[in-house]
Amino acid sequence: MLDDFLWRAAFAGVALALATGPLGCFVVWRRMAYFGDATAHAAILGVVLSLAFSISIFVGVLITALAMAFMILFLSGRMFAVDTLLGVAAHGALALGLVTVVFLPGVRVDLSAYLFGDILAISRVDLLVICVGSAFVLVTLRLRWERLLLLTLNEDLAAARGIDTRRENMILIGTLAVLVAVAIKIVGALLITAMLIIPAAAARPISRTPESMAGVAAVLAIVAVILGLSASFQWDTPTGPSIVVAASVLFVGATFVTILKSKPKH
Amino acid sequence: MSLIETQGVGVSLGSRQILRDVNLSIRSREIVTVVGPNGSGKTTLLKILIGAQAPSEGTVLRQAGLKIGYVPQRLAIDQAMPLTVSRWLSLSGAYSEVKHLEIAEQVGITNLLGQQMTSLSGGEFQRALLAHALLVRPDLLVLDEPTQGLDQPAVASFYRLIEGVREDLDCAVLMVSHDLHVVMRSSDHVICLNGHVCCQGAPTLVSAAPEYQALFGVNTEGALALYRHEHDHRHDHAEDGV
Repeated sequence: MLDDFLWRAAFAGVALALATGPLGCFVVWRRMAYFGDATAHAAILGVVLSLAFSISIFVGVLITALAMAFMILFLSGRMFAVDTLLGVAAHGALALGLVTVVFLPGVRVDLSAYLFGDILAISRVDLLVICVGSAFVLVTLRLRWERLLLLTLNEDLAAARGIDTRRENMILIGTLAVLVAVAIKIVGALLITAMLIIPAAAARPISRTPESMAGVAAVLAIVAVILGLSASFQWDTPTGPSIVVAASVLFVGATFVTILKSKPKH
Repeated sequence: MSLIETQGVGVSLGSRQILRDVNLSIRSREIVTVVGPNGSGKTTLLKILIGAQAPSEGTVLRQAGLKIGYVPQRLAIDQAMPLTVSRWLSLSGAYSEVKHLEIAEQVGITNLLGQQMTSLSGGEFQRALLAHALLVRPDLLVLDEPTQGLDQPAVASFYRLIEGVREDLDCAVLMVSHDLHVVMRSSDHVICLNGHVCCQGAPTLVSAAPEYQALFGVNTEGALALYRHEHDHRHDHAEDGV
C-alpha cells in the first residue's frame, strides 16, 4: 500500500494533521500566528543551506527554524514591537533563502516545491520522518498540556505554581520548529501556518474546553487533508493549496453554522 | 518559622529603581497587606514573592514545598480559548469533582460551573479565580488587588469570603489592597510600600506612623475613626472617601 504515492501522501497528511490540530490551538490562543510564519519562512533559508552543505533537509530546516524562533524570543520586547521584528525576520529570511539559492554551484532547485509543498513526492523515508516528528509534537503537548495551558492563561499564575515559564515557552517554540521542519514537504513554507491556524479556528466555535478544541481541530485538519488530496487528484490542482482551501471551507462552514444556531437566542 | 522571607530585595528596570532594600517575612496563618500609592512597586513585590520575577539584588527565602495560591490582578482570557469554570478549576491540579463542588459552594459559584469563563461578571470571575487558588490547597494565598472593579457591596462580601476561607484552610494571606478600611480591620501586619518599605507592623501602629499619614493623608484617619465606631454594623463605607 505504501508503494502507492497517493497512500503515502494521505498517511503523511493525516499524521501531520494530528499534530497541527492541537499545536495550532496554542498558536491561536497565544496569538503566535505571525511567529509561526516567521519560523516557516526561515525554513526556506534552511532548505537552501541544507542543499549547500548536503545535509538532510529536515535537519537544516529544523536548525534554522529553531535559530529563528530563539532569536525572536531573545530580541522581542527590546526597541521594536514583536510584530515589526517578526516582519523583518520572516521576510528577511525568506528573501535571503531565495537569493542565496542562486549561488549554489551546479544545483538547479525547484524551490516552489518547498514554498508550496509537494505531498505527492513524499518518499518512504519522508513519511517516517513526518510520523516521528508528529508523534514527538503530540507526545510533548500531551505531557505538558496542563502546564502549557496555565502558562497560556497567565504566566504569573504558572510561576506561582512552580512552573519554569521560560523553559515551557522554549519547549513550545521548539515543538513549533519541529512541526515546521516536518510540514515543509507537505504544505510548504508559505502554508504551514494555515494548517496550524485554520483547523483550530474552525474548531473554536464548536468547543467548550481546550481539550475538545484540540481534538476537533485535529479531526478537521484530517478532513481537510483528505478533501484536499481528493480534490487535487480529481481536478489536478496543486495539493498543498487544495488542502488549505478545504480547511478554509470547513472554517467558513463551522462559523456560519454557529452564527445561524446562536441567532434564535437573541 | 516564616513561610517566605526577603532580605535586602531590590529591583531595577534599566536605570529605574522600582524597589530597594525590602525586608519582610510572612509567618503561617498571618494576614499581611501591602498598601501604597500607584507605582510604588506593590505588584512587582508580589511577583518576586511568588517567583514570577527574579530580584536584581537580595534574596528570597521560601519554605521548602511552599504551596502558593495566586489570584492575579487581571486575567485576560482570550476569546479564542474555550474554558468552562469547571475546567478552570481542574487546572488547579485538583481534579476531584467533589472537591470542586465543595469549594464552588464556599465561594458561591456552584451554578456557574458549566459556564464559559468569558461569560462571567466581574464579581463571579473574581470568585472563580479565588476558587482556583484555594483548590491548590495553599499555605499562602496571594491576592493582587482582588476587588478592583467591584462595587462596594461586592468588595465587602469578597473580603468576608476571604476571611472565611482563611479560617477553613488555615493558610496565610498576602494581599495588595486599596480598601484601606478593610485592611486596617482584618490584617495582622501591614506593609506600607513606596519603592521601599516606609513602615510596617500592626495596623494601629502603621496608621499612626507619620510616613503612612504622609502617603494617605488625614482622610484615611477619618475613615478609620468612623470605622472603629461602627464595627458592629454592616454598613458600606463608600461615602467615607477611602
